[in-house]
Formats: sequence, structure tokens, C-alpha cells
Amino acid sequence: MAKKLMKGNEAIGEAAICAGATNYFAYPITPQSEVAEYLSRRLPEVGGVFVQAESEVAVGYMLFGAASTGKRVFTTSSSPGISLMQEALSYMAGAHLPVVLVNIMRGGPGLGGILPAQSDYFQATKGGGHGDYHIIVLAPSSVQEAVDLMILAFDLADKYRTPVMLIGDGMIGQMMESVEFPEQYQTPPSPKEWALTGAVGRKPVVIKSLFLDPIALEKNSLELAKKYEIIKADEVRYELYKVNDKNKLLIFAYGTMARICQTAIDELEEEGIGVGLFRPISLFPFPQKEIYREVIKPNIKALLTVEMSVGQMIEDIERCIVGQKPLGFYGRTGGIVPSPDEVKAAVKKQLGLGK
Amino acid sequence: MPGIIIDKLYCKGCELCVHACPMQIISMSKEINQKGYFYATVYEPSRCIGCRICAITCPDAAIEVKAHGTHFTLFKY
Amino acid sequence: MAQDVDIILSRPKALSDNITHYCPGCTHGIIHRLVAETIDELGIRERTAGVAPVGCSVLAYNYFNVDFMEAAHGRAPAMATGFKRLRPDMIVFTYQGDGDLASIGMGEIIHAANRGEKFTVIFVNNAIYGMTGGQMAPTTLPGQKTTTSPLGRDVTTAGYPIRMAELLSSLRTPAYIARAAVHDPMYIIDAKRKIKRAFSYQIANKCFSLVEVLSTCPTNWGLSPTVSLEWLEKNMRPYYPLGTFKTPEDEVEKK
Ligand SMILES: Cc1ncc(C[n+]2csc(CCOP(=O)(O)OP(=O)(O)O)c2C)c(N)n1
Ligand code: SF4
Ligand code: SF4
Ligand code: SF4
Repeated sequence: MAKKLMKGNEAIGEAAICAGATNYFAYPITPQSEVAEYLSRRLPEVGGVFVQAESEVAVGYMLFGAASTGKRVFTTSSSPGISLMQEALSYMAGAHLPVVLVNIMRGGPGLGGILPAQSDYFQATKGGGHGDYHIIVLAPSSVQEAVDLMILAFDLADKYRTPVMLIGDGMIGQMMESVEFPEQYQTPPSPKEWALTGAVGRKPVVIKSLFLDPIALEKNSLELAKKYEIIKADEVRYELYKVNDKNKLLIFAYGTMARICQTAIDELEEEGIGVGLFRPISLFPFPQKEIYREVIKPNIKALLTVEMSVGQMIEDIERCIVGQKPLGFYGRTGGIVPSPDEVKAAVKKQLGLGK
Repeated sequence: MPGIIIDKLYCKGCELCVHACPMQIISMSKEINQKGYFYATVYEPSRCIGCRICAITCPDAAIEVKAHGTHFTLFKY
Repeated sequence: MAQDVDIILSRPKALSDNITHYCPGCTHGIIHRLVAETIDELGIRERTAGVAPVGCSVLAYNYFNVDFMEAAHGRAPAMATGFKRLRPDMIVFTYQGDGDLASIGMGEIIHAANRGEKFTVIFVNNAIYGMTGGQMAPTTLPGQKTTTSPLGRDVTTAGYPIRMAELLSSLRTPAYIARAAVHDPMYIIDAKRKIKRAFSYQIANKCFSLVEVLSTCPTNWGLSPTVSLEWLEKNMRPYYPLGTFKTPEDEVEKK
């Protein structure tokens, strides 16, 4: 298929349709309302369902109900809206329901601001809802990758019967980039055997997260835990940029922040300072072993985590590197995006160069 | 001839049927069921008119109403 | 030879064999049976999906022979919306208490009704929070004592009880909204008709439908099952008039 110039938010909507997900529930919120605007026009063309809900709380449960049909369903929102969905996420994880959520993050806490941020990392990867659960979290750094990961998100959701979140920042949503969609759009998969399709010639099916018997509840939590172990083993995704055996420093960054770091790395290279980038693509499962493997290489003298937050992913990095190398942090938040120059300065500082 | 069967397994002894029966022919047993409730029994089955009111009232769907031969229902349910 | 025996009334097929966990004489059981009888009579068991609430009827899925989902507190109408939009061929109902529907789930019910979602709501109003031990509900009557209104509901701070059927029938979107009661056989029969009518509108893909059913909570009212029926008649019925508040046909006429 020919390349198309598209805004991130619209490309994400089209990608879902590619994946055969034509059932969308949402409540408007900046900076991602274009997804709903795009899909409210596009979904009727493909016989899909779009409901503008009364709140993100309702969106969460519409997803629950809709996913119970066994069809592919999704929503898009931004930080405050995603907070309101945390209860439903916990219920859907507990009930083993496949759904896809997109969080185009903006600055917080509270009402915060409307500019790009990465301050929902904790919420996404550690679980903002109650109970022993996780969701798969994928972080694209370009519009094309957003499209690819969106399609993957639906496959993973179905494969593991779990909620999957695509986490981007305001920049991904607003960026215009040329993207390529798959030749063949997937047909929506037929309902799965666990779905509610009517008790015809079988016992009634119940989809629930309530287990009053502690043994049954523990069993459900252990089943979830087992599922997360498989996900950790099989679904780790990351990308290395200019990682070689001469680099003195390794940067950790994800999403669009990683792209800014790439620019900084290119410029540092011209100055003769070799720096590599480790970009986690799956934030849960986190590339723990892979990070450790890179960090212990003898040429690496120092590490730097760069985020559009006051430091959230860095806690996972610390967990992976177990104090092997000095780890620095550079971040801006509240909607301020670190510039390549700021990143370069932070690298130099971490390497003890310059002032 | 109409009559009712009370499934004592389901009966919780709430006595709603006792008060609802227009013929006043249901009473509570002196014995308890598995769940420990004094269950309802019909003590004058021959006077049952098959009106279904007991079964309509029972919260635990413990009552079945039957009839032999022709039976006229007094109201639609 | 044995005489022909006709079973005139028995346990509906849409009820499972399980013994309910409801307290003796709790009229949740009657309402369950009415819904099950309706499902049987309309022949929709194999294409029905229910949504259980949080409240005493949280385990409703154990008592019906139909597919079910278990909602979060108050969110059943949103779940029913999501499901029904994707499966308009299925018959969907929510079963919700007054705390669930009229307090925490107020937003979801109003908007589902206002969008005209084509599912049926069975709304059980027992003027109290049953499951959590008899706290004040938005439907608790003025002066009614509960564990969180030990001196009786004070309307100067708690406001007056919400009449959901009236509130919802003020919405313009066509809908079937009725209130029934199950404290007396005559009213049970009426409740059944209303529930059946509600499901029939859904089968005809006509409109949102809701039947509010006045119900008892002997345990938390602190009354015997039979006295509870009298209490309902004496206290709830005057405040919550029974009737049909709205039908989709009215809307057509009013236009
Ligand atoms: C979010 C949330 N808040 C509170 C509760 C606790 N809770 C469980 S049932 C209930 C009240 C239910 O009352 P009602 O809807 O009137 O139903 P009833 O038990 O009377 O049938 C409450 C507050 C909960 N489960 N979830
Ligand atoms: S059918 Fe009527 S008369 Fe017979 S036991 Fe029941 S209520 Fe009484
Ligand atoms: S109404 Fe039903 S549960 Fe109550 S006493 Fe009669 S048979 Fe038993
Ligand atoms: S607590 Fe009240 S509402 Fe709940 S089962 Fe018992 S009587 Fe019924």
C-alpha cells in the first residue's frame, strides 16, 4: 500500500480498523479528541460501532460489556480520562477480557495541562487500579510504530486475554508523518468460546471478577500471575540505537523522548562522544534482562535516563541495573519537552565532561 | 382437582405463602429442612382451589401448582 | 391408569437449580422469578444476557440459566450498552438495586436511558443498602431509620428520596418506564405484566425499558417477612406511586 501522510491520532484510529477492531467507545479529551472525530466518520463506513459515552468511567464499562461479546473493542483517551478508567481496567484484567486502550499522555497530576508528558508511566505499568494485575504496555516513538503497535496490541490482547495499553505522548498524536498500513485489513475475528453468545446447547457463561471464595480468588490471581510470566518471557520488545562497543554512555528513553535523544546522540557523535540508546518498546513486560546485558558491557561507564517526567521509568532501570553503573537522570515535565541540547548537556555532565 | 407441591429443599420458611393462600390451607411444618428452616406444608390439600397465589408469592420458587382434569384459572398470570 | 396431570405453575426454566442466598422472605427472589418466567414465556433464554450489579443481587448470575456478566457498583447500564450495541440481536437486561442505580450509578442509568439504549433494566427499590448492612440509600424514606441515619433520614441534609421512575420519565427519548411492587399477589401479577412489556419492547427493538420494583428487605428493616410487606404498603407505596410513567407510544402522540 502507498504511504499516506497522516496525523498520529488519526493513524491510530485507522490502525484499529486494520486490526478488525471496529467497536470504539470514548469521551473527548485533549490532546486526542481527533481520534473520536476521525472514527465517528470512519466507523460507520466499515459497519462499526462508535458510542460517545457520558464519562470515561462509563467508557471503561462499555468496553467491559462490549469485550464480553468476544469482538475487538478499544478506546482512546488522555491522562485524566485514563485515571477514571482504572477501576474498569482492574475489573477487565480480573475477568480476563481483551481490550485495547490508548493513552495520549498529557502533563499531570490533577487537571495538569494539555501538553505532552510521560508522567503516567507508574499508572500504566504498575497498575492504577486495585488488585494483583498488570496490563501490557506498548510505547511507540513514531506514527508508523504507533500503527504497527496498535495492530499488535489487538493480537496480544486476544492471545493473552488481557487489556493492552498503547502509551504515547501528545507529540505522537499531533505529529504528521507518512505511514503505511497493511495491504489486507483483518476481518473482525469471530467470537471466542468464552464470550457471551447466548446459552444455546451449552451451560450459561458468566464473565466476572468476583470470587467470594478465597481459594477461587487466589486461583484467579495465580492464573493472572502465570499469564504475566509468559508475557515477560515472550513479549519483551525494545530497540537499540547506535549501541556499540565504543560507547561510554547508554541512554534510556522511550516514546518520542527517545527520538529527541537520537538527535542528541547524532550530534554528540559528530563531537566525538559515543553514546548509545536503549529504547524499551514494551514497558510491561519491561526489558529487564536485555538492559542488564547492555549495562554490564565493559565500555559503558555511565547511564542516563531521560523522561518527560520527574523520573518514573528510572525506578525500573534502577531495578534492572542493580547498582552496576552510575545512573543519572534528566527530565522535564508539565508539558515541557527536553531539547536535544539539554540532553547533550546532561550526557556530558554524566560523563564528567565540560562544565 | 388442583393441588400444590412444596419443594422443602427450596423453602426458607418465610411464611409468605401461608398468609397469601386465600383458603388458608398452608402452615409451617414442625420439622426443619436441610438448611434448618421450618418449611411450609399443605395441611388440607383437598381444599386447594389451584389459584396459584402461593406459587406467585413464594420468593424461592419452591411451589408447583398442578391440576387433574379440567381446571379453570381465575385470572391471567 | 393415572389421570392427566397439568402443571399449571412451576419453577421457570430460566431459573437455575441453585438455592438463592437471599434472606427468607426477601422479595428479590420474587423479582428473579418474574424475570425468569418472562424469559421463558417470550422464548428468549438462549439469546439473553444479564448484567448483575453490586448489592445483594451480586450473585444473580448463579440463579439464572442465561449468560451473565458481573458489573462494578452502578456500572451495569454502561456494560449493557457496550454489549447490546455489539449484539443487537441479543436480549440484554440489568438487575440493579437502589444504591447501585440511584446513587453510584446515577450517571450511567440516566445516560443509557437518554441514549435510548435498547436493553431492559429491572430496578429493585428496597429503600436501603441491603448488602452492606442497612445504610441509608437515596431512596430511603424521610424519617426512616437506617444504620447511617440512626435518627431517621433528615431531609434537610440528605434531601428527599429520589423517585427514579419519575426522574427518568422526564427524559424526552422514547422509553418504557413503569413502577410496580411485589408485596401482594395482585401487585406481583401487575409487576410481571410490566416486566414482560419491558422485555417485549426490547424484542421489538423499540426503546429503553425500565421497571422499578418496590421490594422488601426484612433483614435490614428489622421486620418479619410478612410485616415487611405491610410496611412497604403503608410507607413506600404512598411515596412511590405505582404506574406506567412513560411508553414509547406517548412520545409519538406528544410530538
Ligand atoms: C465502588 C464500590 N463502593 C462501595 C461498594 C460497597 N457496596 C456493596 S453493595 C452496596 C450497596 C448496595 O445496595 P443496593 O444497590 O440498594 O442493593 P441491595 O443490597 O439493597 O439489594 C455497597 C455500597 C462497592 N462494592 N463498590
Ligand atoms: S393454589 Fe391457591 S388455594 Fe391452593 S394452596 Fe396455593 S394459594 Fe392456597
Ligand atoms: S413462600 Fe415459599 S419459601 Fe416462603 S414459606 Fe412458603 S414455600 Fe417456603
Ligand atoms: S439483606 Fe435485605 S435485600 Fe439483601 S437478601 Fe437480605 S432481605 Fe434481601
